[in-house]
Amino acid sequence: MRGRDDEWTDLMRSANAGDSVAYHRLLKSVTPVLRAGARQGLSRAGQPPDQAEDIVQDILLAVHLKRHTWDANAPFAPWLFAIARNKLIDALRRRGRRVFVNIDDFAETIPSEPPAETLPTVEISNHLSDLPPRQRDVLRSIAVDSASIKTTASKLSMTEGAVRVALHRGLASLAAKLRKD
Amino acid sequence: MDTDRLIQALAADNDQRARPVSTQLAMALLVTLPVVAAMLLVTLGIRPDFMSAMRNPFFDAKFLVTLALAIPAIVISVHLSKPEASLGGWIWLLLLSPFILIVALIVEMTMPQRAPMMVRIIGRNSSLCSAAITLLSLPILGGAMIALRHGAPSRPAIAGALAGLMSAGLGATFYAAHCADDSPLFVATWYTLAALVMAALGAAIGSKVLRY
Repeated sequence: MRGRDDEWTDLMRSANAGDSVAYHRLLKSVTPVLRAGARQGLSRAGQPPDQAEDIVQDILLAVHLKRHTWDANAPFAPWLFAIARNKLIDALRRRGRRVFVNIDDFAETIPSEPPAETLPTVEISNHLSDLPPRQRDVLRSIAVDSASIKTTASKLSMTEGAVRVALHRGLASLAAKLRKD
Repeated sequence: MDTDRLIQALAADNDQRARPVSTQLAMALLVTLPVVAAMLLVTLGIRPDFMSAMRNPFFDAKFLVTLALAIPAIVISVHLSKPEASLGGWIWLLLLSPFILIVALIVEMTMPQRAPMMVRIIGRNSSLCSAAITLLSLPILGGAMIALRHGAPSRPAIAGALAGLMSAGLGATFYAAHCADDSPLFVATWYTLAALVMAALGAAIGSKVLRY
């Protein structure tokens, strides 16, 4: 685990320095660990694991929007797992479960591969259509159609700066909507 | 939306990064503190004998007590904005202000008193004191909440209570310049009441708005 944690910390430092490829790699690398932790937490609370992917996405959004609270001199993993735990507890509470979630649920899980049957993630998709049109179109273009910021800008006849702003606001509104559920 | 696509969107948003919570809080205080100073000067004003009162150690002790609450509360608020942070040993810093107050109370006890205890507790302005501190604290609490919303506290109510104590400590620092009651007994009663009210209000607001 030591090597993995150090790698994450290095990737996050590079991401903070503006390297979005490192950031992409970091998010890809933490996701299977988060998925395994979310499934384990759900099953411990006696819940079906079918909402694990929604929890994973909620965690990833929070990691993204709160990453300025990570201290670059501290290891990344404890920070990540604290957010993951908070989001898992939140998700369980929304389902009426009051359970103690051990932080080790995340720290000690073995990464799980995405399950063979693709689990539908409903929460973000539901909220996507409620976003203001600009934010929705930009998010759809970048996330769903995998377009770059540049392509999105010319497709929607916006400036690249406006696309960046709409993307960021869209992600923040998604997180706010998830919190309100 | 599958998770890989979400990750793609997040990575594309990598250059949008918020400022650290400490910076946000500093900016909030830079905006709200002058507002509170103006509120005090326009409504109550500072006490007329301010200059001579500064030679009274009990007058000076009020500022020490309020700042000894505000500064640790600021430091702990910033600390608690990190998701993995817990209150832990930091809570001891909050005892600094009560400790100074208790020392001042003991010193006053040992001195010959002109006024009986109840008179010193009630003072000249007890009805105004707690209410005025609360009102002066409100803009600071508002600013602090907006700043702390950028954080990710694991216990939003506790983070909110700390913001309440911070605002009460700073609000009371301003009010102390007006307040003509210097007895530590008065401070221990009415300033403490205001601080508890603000802590409770901060906890209630924090549990709603500081969740992430």
